[in-house]
Amino acid sequence: MIRVNNISKSFNNQLVLNDVTVSFEPGKTNLIIGRSGSGKTVLLKSIVGLHEIDSGEILYDDIKFNELDFTARKEIRKEIGMLFQGSALFDSLTVEQNVMFPLDMFTSQSPEEKLDRVNFCLKRVNIINANQMFPAELSGGMKKRVAIARAISLNPRYLFCDEPNSGLDPITAILIDELIKELTEEYSMTTIVNTHDMNSVMKIGEKIVFISDGVKCWEGSKDEILYSDCELLNEFVFANALAKQLKSSTGGQVTSRP
Amino acid sequence: MFRFLKQLGRYFILLKKVLSRPEKPVIYYKQTMKEMVYLGLNSVGIITIISFFMGAVITLQTAYNTENPIYPTYLIGLGCRDSIILEFSSTISALILAGKVGSNIASEIGTMRVTEQIDALEIMGVNSASYLILPKLIATLVFFPFLTIISINVGILGGWLSGTLAGVVTSEDFIYGIQYAFIPYYITYSLIKTLFFAFIITSVSAFQGYYVEGGSLEVGQASTRAVVFSSVLILLFNVILTQLLLS
Repeated sequence: MIRVNNISKSFNNQLVLNDVTVSFEPGKTNLIIGRSGSGKTVLLKSIVGLHEIDSGEILYDDIKFNELDFTARKEIRKEIGMLFQGSALFDSLTVEQNVMFPLDMFTSQSPEEKLDRVNFCLKRVNIINANQMFPAELSGGMKKRVAIARAISLNPRYLFCDEPNSGLDPITAILIDELIKELTEEYSMTTIVNTHDMNSVMKIGEKIVFISDGVKCWEGSKDEILYSDCELLNEFVFANALAKQLKSSTGGQVTSRP
Repeated sequence: MFRFLKQLGRYFILLKKVLSRPEKPVIYYKQTMKEMVYLGLNSVGIITIISFFMGAVITLQTAYNTENPIYPTYLIGLGCRDSIILEFSSTISALILAGKVGSNIASEIGTMRVTEQIDALEIMGVNSASYLILPKLIATLVFFPFLTIISINVGILGGWLSGTLAGVVTSEDFIYGIQYAFIPYYITYSLIKTLFFAFIITSVSAFQGYYVEGGSLEVGQASTRAVVFSSVLILLFNVILTQLLLS
């Protein structure tokens, strides 16, 4: 279980996260949603320790992660897999070398064992016959899938995804969402996904946290999101034309619980 | 002044991270070998070409500035040798390498920063500073002295060829000149300077790249800063080292 208690973070005296408290449920797909610039990525990067928080605490199973030094954090980080917005594959390494990298660094497996694991992970994300390709030769969707393969290569307990389907077409975005959901269930991981895509919310969201201007405004399930009283959330959820039309055609009924 | 001190502090904090114990020495060894090829071996061409022509020009200029029967012509060889060993092969080559290798290091690491590849390393629990910079540092510290040796030899060869072909000095006089009053310590002095310069080029450029914030524009700016700061520091340390080592 990951818990975040009263964390705040500012950059150059500008408050980006303001007293955020939230817990992420184990074995589920937890979503952080909000508009661009609302503080989602800062929250995610603070949880994994890429940003040092100004105040508050971050707990991984009751271990105060934010108070650990680099060496102690390393032990927890070995249990973390992360999918970055731009995939963050290493340009100079092939697909195979990218996925093998965590195995090279942190295991003492034989080359054959490592290759087996790499091939298993790549097959699991439906990447076939691309072992020797470089990231520059891959499409956006393939890059994301290779990044997921790299993230799961060490069997992590926690999976973090920063806007996993940004820049992808709707069909590929759904495939990536489904893959994340399947892997979360398959490996009983605690998955935290940053997104502003409502399709993802309705497809894979089990617990949803809504952030606006660095403040947690709402949390609940995808069944509750359509009936929330939170005005900011309703603005966000019904922002697109189709949702607005649906809302007006039902006389606003969609926003109140039947 | 405060900003300068802050940057200096960050530089030394980065160095501490870089020089910490490697996670897996085998992987660092492989990386170091790759960097030796990438940063060292790939610089042999440019160093050879520039050294050859600089040696040639030094010889011709020495010859045309000492057109006096009082001066024996073997002094042309001596002047060429000392200019190349004392200054050109260490300092001028370092300035050229600051342009080639320094900008390369800053842009490579800077691009990794803005595309979140460094974050990806950190998330895995890898000491990104050490993994990315230490192999480059070792590679340049090991390889740059060889570049200096190559530069000295090719520079003198260029001087001999241009001098004899232009007819300003005979081959015998030039060879006598490069052997005359030779002080082997000058080679040591040149190599010591090269080690300092290799450290400056790699660490300053890596520092500029590692802390880039923004996008491709900022990576370009960091690359330029890497070359400028490295060059200025090379010139500054050239003065300091010359005073310390030759006084």
